[in-house]
Amino acid sequence: MGVTKELVESTLKSKLNPSHLEVVDTSGGCGASFAIEIVSEQFEGKRLLERHRLVNAALVEEMKEIHALSIKKAVTPAQWKQQQETQQSTSAA
Amino acid sequence: SSIRCALTPALKTTLDKVVTSHKVVLFMKGTKDFPQCGFSQTVVQILKSLNVPFESVNILENELLRQGLKDYSSWPTFPQLYIDGEFFGGCDITVEAYKSGELQEQVEKAMCS
Repeated sequence: MGVTKELVESTLKSKLNPSHLEVVDTSGGCGASFAIEIVSEQFEGKRLLERHRLVNAALVEEMKEIHALSIKKAVTPAQWKQQQETQQSTSAA
Repeated sequence: SSIRCALTPALKTTLDKVVTSHKVVLFMKGTKDFPQCGFSQTVVQILKSLNVPFESVNILENELLRQGLKDYSSWPTFPQLYIDGEFFGGCDITVEAYKSGELQEQVEKAMCS
């Protein structure tokens, strides 16, 4: 039994209470491989390395079977809001 | 499991030496001239583009080293980048820091120290 996208999502939801979460299965058949975008208040006041450590720690059981994990974004709700607004104003321009 | 105590005191001493004997050390899959994984290749390319002299260690050649390093860094995956004796991050963190200029800053600081 491998690790599913749904399992990664439910683990991250229960441990990091994200306000936004996107898990993409990037395995293409070679084994469990995921890309993650996560927004959580728990990242407040933490450097990127510490944020990634939180995600890794949350997925410690799943990591045993995950072949590759890419954390594309680990931001706070405030940073997320700012990024969304920047994107919108860029695409509108 | 059997790899629970992969980081023996002897291995820890060795790793302390390895990460402090060079300013920049990359533990990776393959070698810097022949990376065997896209994530490792990405970090090699970034370091080469910054013209950083760095030491690469192929973790595929030593299973004990590979397991021990995960405990040593408290980091589950490879590549693992060390700057000035300290764990800096994996591939995603290195890419982000490269884009923001933080990586260049850290590396320059290390080279001058």
